[in-house]
Amino acid sequence: MHLLSRYLPASLRSAPASALFGIFVICLYLLVVVLAPVIAPYSETEILGAAYEPWSSTYWLGTDSLGRDMLSRIIYGARNTVGVALMATVLAFLLGGFMGLLAATVGGLVDQLLSRTVDVLLAIPSLIFALLILTIVGTSATSLILVIAVLDSTKVFRLARSVAQTVVVMDYVEAARLRGEGMWYLIRREILPNVSAPLIAEFGLRFCFVFLFISTLSFLGLGAQPPSADWGSMVRDNATLIAFGDITPLLPAGAIALLTIAINFVVDWKLHAASGLHD
Amino acid sequence: MQRVDYMTEAQNKENLLTIRGLKISARVDNKWCEIVHGIDLDLKRGEVLGLIGESGAGKSSVGLAAMGFTRNGCEITGGSVDFDGIDMARASDSQKQALRGMRIAYVAQSAAASFNPAHKLINQYVEAPTTHGTSNDKDAREEAISLYRKLQLPAPESIGFRYPHQLSGGQLQRAMTAMAMSCKPDLIIFDEPTTALDVTTQIEVLAAIREIVREYNTAALYISHDLAVVAQMADRMQVLKNGNTVEIADTATMLAAPVEDYTKTLWAVRNIQRPEADTANADVIMELNNIDASYVKGGEKILKDISIKVKRGQTLAVVGESGSGKSTTARVISGLLEASRGDIVFNGKALPTHFKQRDKNTLRQIQMIYQMPDTALNPRQKVADIIGRPLQFYLGLNRSEKRARTEQLLEQVELDPGQYLNRYPGELSGGQKQRICIARALAAEPEFIICDEVTSALDQAVNKSILDLLTRLQKELNLTYLFITHDLATVQAIADEVVVMLKGEVVEQDTRKALFAPPHHEYTERLLSSVPQMDPDWLNNLLDQRRGQVS
Repeated sequence: MHLLSRYLPASLRSAPASALFGIFVICLYLLVVVLAPVIAPYSETEILGAAYEPWSSTYWLGTDSLGRDMLSRIIYGARNTVGVALMATVLAFLLGGFMGLLAATVGGLVDQLLSRTVDVLLAIPSLIFALLILTIVGTSATSLILVIAVLDSTKVFRLARSVAQTVVVMDYVEAARLRGEGMWYLIRREILPNVSAPLIAEFGLRFCFVFLFISTLSFLGLGAQPPSADWGSMVRDNATLIAFGDITPLLPAGAIALLTIAINFVVDWKLHAASGLHD
Repeated sequence: MQRVDYMTEAQNKENLLTIRGLKISARVDNKWCEIVHGIDLDLKRGEVLGLIGESGAGKSSVGLAAMGFTRNGCEITGGSVDFDGIDMARASDSQKQALRGMRIAYVAQSAAASFNPAHKLINQYVEAPTTHGTSNDKDAREEAISLYRKLQLPAPESIGFRYPHQLSGGQLQRAMTAMAMSCKPDLIIFDEPTTALDVTTQIEVLAAIREIVREYNTAALYISHDLAVVAQMADRMQVLKNGNTVEIADTATMLAAPVEDYTKTLWAVRNIQRPEADTANADVIMELNNIDASYVKGGEKILKDISIKVKRGQTLAVVGESGSGKSTTARVISGLLEASRGDIVFNGKALPTHFKQRDKNTLRQIQMIYQMPDTALNPRQKVADIIGRPLQFYLGLNRSEKRARTEQLLEQVELDPGQYLNRYPGELSGGQKQRICIARALAAEPEFIICDEVTSALDQAVNKSILDLLTRLQKELNLTYLFITHDLATVQAIADEVVVMLKGEVVEQDTRKALFAPPHHEYTERLLSSVPQMDPDWLNNLLDQRRGQVS
């Protein structure tokens, strides 16, 4: 650990082993996402052999219900699932975060209007809401990202607004207001740096939820559409194999679980750092 | 546990509390660092010892250690704490538990934060005597009422049935003292019991505490940073600095002839004398005419018909108790709170009441320095950015000009630019932070600066240096200050003119000289006479005098 820490940037040196493991796993996933076509032995959609072939030197993890290479599909699946989840979360944070900070900074009528709108959205169960919208507009990667982003931005809004409200009342914000600073400066330079820690931590958690949400939608048949690979639908398509004692369908599920755990390790570390706890 | 009173006369004179070579360490970022470096302390039965020092001197840590207790993350690492034959530093938890509340009691700085808000006072009072078994519920309640009476709380029979929030700060502090006395302890530790109170309230609490401590012949450790307060309470004084003892002496000796330089600086701020200014001929820069203000539209008026004149290049001090409307006046001038009536005239022009309607140049000319430098500086911005922003915003300086001017400003507030330019506020001390706040205000090149209790969160010695700095800058840059404070020593040091406020009204406005010389307005008289003097007999004389007036 000591040898390793010499090569780490200063901010990571104090990180616990679990957080380092988390960061390592996340980097690995990102690498796979970016380099999928290079790493994957076969194409994502090509039917190569018979259905449900066992693990072999040709097909390392066997083939799926249609005879496509399982390993290649898991690798490409990272692209579809992680990519969509990442886009949706980033969008949710841009939208919800900005609106939340705006509501806290301006207050008054703007705050009321935004908060009540969010309350209405929160009152509708998100899975049902997503199913409804996706059935109407049809399932595509874009609509999936947009629907999830809007749904999730409501939760980000609530967090951003409440943490920003404790910062807005500080004297340094008042001093900046009295200086005559505009809204954008207040949000970006005075408030955002002081609320970033909880928002970053929340980003990690939200990402996990979005990830699981997409997998749920895919499992229900409303996520990524065939033939593109995604981990949720891969579990569903090959679920019958479990009955024969084959663990292959659990691998995409395991991939989801591993990423979720890795992200939570990092989030825990960030949360502790932000709250100033020692143990 | 039953107390046994078989002490002989000889033992009676012996030390109740003997601390030898006390060392306390605190854990900072997983490292232990020593904060108290071997302190010796003796306390006889019935004696009151004053512990004095700035924040961080270790006085509270020593006070807690006397009970065998340390703050979270701290540990007693050396020395002995002998309380009547028991080594508190090594006593077991159950041993200490039996002593606390029973033979050693503690009165905290903020009674409001120390009472449980969900229980009535008398129910909290009876807890200690009944759990320690010194008294049953009924007797304890009767004792509580008699103690409340002795401490001169209003309506002693019924006050115990109130909740903490229904009492004022001064009353709560006395109720807390009553609670500490409930088991008739041998030792009480008072940790800054009057620091959070107004001077006029402080008097009553001091008198009550002193009387009851004498009557019960209780030994006490009286912890405070205010030398004048300790002078009234203590038989002996021990001055601490950075975890070391600086000086120990009898109160009278200490006041008359302090030996160490450090002890002298503790009341340095009281010795600043400002030269007389020509207040009659100076022109008026800021004028408030018949201002009314309230926080809720049409609600209760916080300010009633306020009229104030501030003269160019001079300092107007606004004094009053908390809740008198001092800070509200500042908020009205800065435009944070809109006046519901009256007008504000600045440089001969009427100002819009809300700051958003004022132009950038007007905003630039009126700057503000806050009470708490901790919250007035953005913890995520470096010093260079904090001071650089007004330069860029108001004066449109480019990168290199900005840097040069920032360095110049830091030198003006007596900080080394090379060392401080790239620091975050968290890496500065309280005094340094306040200097940065001053530099930020100066960066705007203002004519008028509102100083809202700028020295009250700082230690005495730092306090003086900030006041010196403000005075120097005023001379160099011809600044006008509106200086809000509750401390009359600060007024002596900085003000040319003084406004006394009470319950949202101006009681008196006059030059400093005229205000401090009799005859006074009735309230001003009360305020002035309530400021503790460096005279151990001051409280006695004052109480005699006031009693004489009543009868």
